[in-house]
Amino acid sequence: MSLNVMLRQLTMGFGQSCLIFALTLLFSLPLGMVVYFGRVSRIKPVSWLVKIYISIMRGTPLMLQLLIWYFGPFYLWKMNIGGYKFTAIILGCSLNYAAYFAEIYRSGIESIPKGQYEAAQLLGYGKSQTFLKIILPQVIKIVLPSVTNEVITLVKDTSLVYSVSYIEMFAVAKQIAAAQTTVLPFVIAGGFYYIFNFVVAWVMELFEKKLNYYH
Amino acid sequence: MNLLEMKHIRKSFDGLEVLKDISISVKEGEILSVIGPSGSGKSTLLRCATMLEHIDGGEISYLGEIAASVKDGKELYVKGEKRKQISSYFGLVFQNFNLFPHYSVMRNITDAPIHVQKRAKAEVYAEARALLKKMGLEDKEDAYPCQLSGGQCQRVAIARALALNPKILFFDEPTSALDPELTGEVLRVIKSLADLKITMVIVTHEMAFARDISDRIIFMDKGLVALEGTPEEVFDAGHARMQEFLGKFNV
Ligand SMILES: Nc1ncnc2c1ncn2[C@@H]1O[C@H](COP(=O)(O)OP(=O)(O)OP(=O)(O)O)[C@@H](O)[C@H]1O
Ligand SMILES: [Mg+2]
Repeated sequence: MSLNVMLRQLTMGFGQSCLIFALTLLFSLPLGMVVYFGRVSRIKPVSWLVKIYISIMRGTPLMLQLLIWYFGPFYLWKMNIGGYKFTAIILGCSLNYAAYFAEIYRSGIESIPKGQYEAAQLLGYGKSQTFLKIILPQVIKIVLPSVTNEVITLVKDTSLVYSVSYIEMFAVAKQIAAAQTTVLPFVIAGGFYYIFNFVVAWVMELFEKKLNYYH
Repeated sequence: MNLLEMKHIRKSFDGLEVLKDISISVKEGEILSVIGPSGSGKSTLLRCATMLEHIDGGEISYLGEIAASVKDGKELYVKGEKRKQISSYFGLVFQNFNLFPHYSVMRNITDAPIHVQKRAKAEVYAEARALLKKMGLEDKEDAYPCQLSGGQCQRVAIARALALNPKILFFDEPTSALDPELTGEVLRVIKSLADLKITMVIVTHEMAFARDISDRIIFMDKGLVALEGTPEEVFDAGHARMQEFLGKFNV
């Protein structure tokens, strides 16, 4: 196999990795906020359920969660899981990352001094205005470094979907390596992940710089 | 009619009685200072008046309208539009400013008048510039709080409170988070408000300032009003607890 063909196949796999990455972020970042609100809900059963959910998501391997999301419906309800693999992957990854993001948001929100809420109340801001205009912008700045860490982990975690035999870059690399008895595809795949993360880190740093107008 | 009327206010924190049946009233245009030892309940009194804390008993009214009343365990706090209206009567200047760090000085002052009171932007900005000028901060409107000194921050906080045109302004030790050399500039600003006859309730440890500025002074001790009167009456009364308290300030 020529290097050219190998690169083309790996690039196609990389496209799949990117897609999983982007969709997972798209869903898990806002979902994390929803989970946070559940976590701090004054309705006790809700906050307990969410707490259990978070602890399971963080306490078990993502790979195992993916297997359950994918094969679970088949074993439980004999559901036809033919065209369902990609949905299961995005569902599994998003729910897993939402749990991590919820805890990051929580620590950020809890670090905002009580005085900010009190000043907002005295100035007449309502509850949602206070959260959206006063608290959230400050939280975003505080949590950005932790979110960056998670995002970088997610880039690498996209490779876990090989456990449900989804063809993305890592799976492609493994196939080629086995067929051609060479480690070259692994080296190239590693390069792709590394460059991807380099770009992610660079973009996040831009965000951080943009928010550096105050401290 | 009194602008503010607090009757028989009681407030406890986990069994600790901080306010024990306190009554105060403030007339329109009056300047009232509240002094007293640490822990006597001064901040709690202001926090109850501004509804940051719920009272355990008593009644609070502004301009004759009841804002909160708790009697025989029956709690009544005004809600909705009425609450908004009453809340617009008062402003509070905090000891540690509580400016919004992500907003510029201008936005700190103008955001609530524009987005809460829904007033015209141009008018609010013009008023804010006039306020900043009065505070001696006309060149700081684009600065962020982190770029200002403590004294400047506190003057912005005062401007922010004034921009909503409250009928009464509460100050909780507005200078005690400041270095001594920055205290003067903030006290001068408050003094200039006094000359404009803005109603103020000021909790302070600046005895000379309180004596100079106030129409009336309340000396609080252990959750009670121990002494009340004109500055002369309070400072020269020879009240034992008051003298002991003043001794710490070498007044
Ligand atoms: N949120 C709270 N929870 C528990 N105790 C509180 C709370 N707020 C105030 N206290 C207690 O109430 C008492 C009075 O506090 P307060 O802050 O009103 O005093 P102060 O007169 O303002 O004192 P200082 O001059 O030190 O500011 C103190 O013993 C304080 O520990
Ligand atoms: Mg206090």
